[in-house]
Amino acid sequence: MADTTVEKRRTTAAEPAWRAHGTARRSTHTLRLRVSAALVGVTVLAVLLVPPLVQLDQQAVDLAAKLRPPTWAHPFGTDDVGRDLLLRCVYGLRVSLLVGVVAALTATVIGTAVGATAGALGGWADRAVMRLVDTLSSVPHLLLGVFIVAMFRPGVWPVVISVALTHWLSTARIVRAEVLSLRSRPFIDAAVSGGASRWRMTVRHLLPAVLPQAGLAAVLMVPHAMWHESALSFLGLGLPTHTASLGTLIQGARGSLLAGQWWPTLFPGIFLIVPTLAVAGLAGVWRERINPRRRSELML
Amino acid sequence: MTSPPWGAMARLTARRALVAVPVLLVVTFGVFAVAAASPFDPVKAYAGTAALGADQETLDRLRDNLGVDRPFTARWWDWLTSALGGDLGQSTVMRQPVAEVIGERLAWSALLCAVAFAVAVLLGTVLGVLAARRPGSPLDRTVTSLAYSLEAAPVFWIALLAIWLFALNLDVLPAGGLTDTGSDHVTAGQVASHLVLPAGVLAVSQLPWFVLYVRQGVGDALAEDPVRGARARGLSERTVLLGHALRSGLLPVLTLIGSRVPELITGALLVETVFSWPGIAAATVEAATAVDFPLLAALATLATAAVLAGNLLADLLYGLIDPRVKLNEM
Repeated sequence: MADTTVEKRRTTAAEPAWRAHGTARRSTHTLRLRVSAALVGVTVLAVLLVPPLVQLDQQAVDLAAKLRPPTWAHPFGTDDVGRDLLLRCVYGLRVSLLVGVVAALTATVIGTAVGATAGALGGWADRAVMRLVDTLSSVPHLLLGVFIVAMFRPGVWPVVISVALTHWLSTARIVRAEVLSLRSRPFIDAAVSGGASRWRMTVRHLLPAVLPQAGLAAVLMVPHAMWHESALSFLGLGLPTHTASLGTLIQGARGSLLAGQWWPTLFPGIFLIVPTLAVAGLAGVWRERINPRRRSELML
Repeated sequence: MTSPPWGAMARLTARRALVAVPVLLVVTFGVFAVAAASPFDPVKAYAGTAALGADQETLDRLRDNLGVDRPFTARWWDWLTSALGGDLGQSTVMRQPVAEVIGERLAWSALLCAVAFAVAVLLGTVLGVLAARRPGSPLDRTVTSLAYSLEAAPVFWIALLAIWLFALNLDVLPAGGLTDTGSDHVTAGQVASHLVLPAGVLAVSQLPWFVLYVRQGVGDALAEDPVRGARARGLSERTVLLGHALRSGLLPVLTLIGSRVPELITGALLVETVFSWPGIAAATVEAATAVDFPLLAALATLATAAVLAGNLLADLLYGLIDPRVKLNEM
């Protein structure tokens, strides 16, 4: 599915025959695009439409039907108090996705602001800011997140803040590098000789040009932020246990897992994997579109 | 082969140690600043449930004794100076000095991480080379798809499923802990059997990244001139693959090994918690749940130091293996 992402070269004449299947490559390419787009679409539609349209209560407890394995009535089975797991997973995905999107957007705004400022100012300010970014990158993200949440007590906002505060570093690096390379382009020279102030140059010329890169980084960050939320919630340092998120669902399923019921654990995890792969697939296609010759890195 | 550049390596180590000092200062300062900005109250944390029944006068005296009302910069400086003397404060959740907690648990975490990392490196290299041999082949597609899926799978979820499969259904491995329940001696055999699942899961979580990079490195190397030359000289495919492509293909991977320390620590946090492994990462989670500030501050510092050491190790390794690298310029 995502096998072309790590390929460095387009095919050249001297390469072995099995590398030169240009058409085959292109067809897997479109397949990947379609599958990824379909999965992202299904995910977004599910979290947007199911809660208002489906008149089912995700909290509905039915102790008579607790811990039922997957059946037609309950495709994902039921949890330890008889709640339908498919519905819980959709609601959990909704919460996780919301936390992920808000955290990723916040991180992208911080990262873009810091990176653009550093790149546009240059000199000692740039060096100081990037040194700080390097320093902060030396602390493992999850550990920093755990620390922030521990100090501010678990809850939705501490989780969002802790994810945002640990994830803007890579965006700042990307944006700064982009701004630095843009600064030497003729259109910036033209703007400067046309009398544009530093502020106008940054806001009107540099920022619009780095937006595609920042946007790509933001999209890629969403699954990562969801992962982060799940990990924190799983450790008991994230969302409150009664709020269904993919992390709290897996955390709550630990008891039933040790009693041999696998389904409450399995399905929330799959709900986390599928959007991650789909977003990675889409982002890979997009990156190859906007920059076909650049060596594409691993993106997850 | 020339002798390793010991002098340059020593100079690089010294330079990095000098850089590490300000980094650690900034990180510890940040830890204290975050704590000062948070609603966390050290007095209540110290007194625990006793604070509920205590009168205001006692609490004020305690507040005074702990020096909580002083600015956080002053408390940071005190902590730093006593930390340099080996006194990291008292852990409230473990009821023992922080230095002792770290001393008791560090070795178990190191064992877990080292075994997991070694397995990931070896298995990753083998799978990556197999996949790179024929890009686009069914084997390559299987390995790559599996790697991407595993990379997307949360490690705690894999850990839980592994417990379900190996400890509950197959009943071949213990589900957690360091020794069997009821056993009061730590024997090598018991530790080994209890190590298999956590180390295996941690290795699996580090594996995808490794497989994909080795596959890319070796795949790139296979398309380069030295390999074409080796093939033209009629060397066996095995020599070409292992002697030429693997050697140059692994080089970019080596520099990245050090940068994996944060991910390794992240993985250890989750894996140790799931398997109740008595390591330092599980202690971090316990400390966070109980808001044990002295322990958290020490562990954050320790993790940062480990990341810096990992970066240094990767650069040293690179300089040792690749003669083209000039350590003096790093």
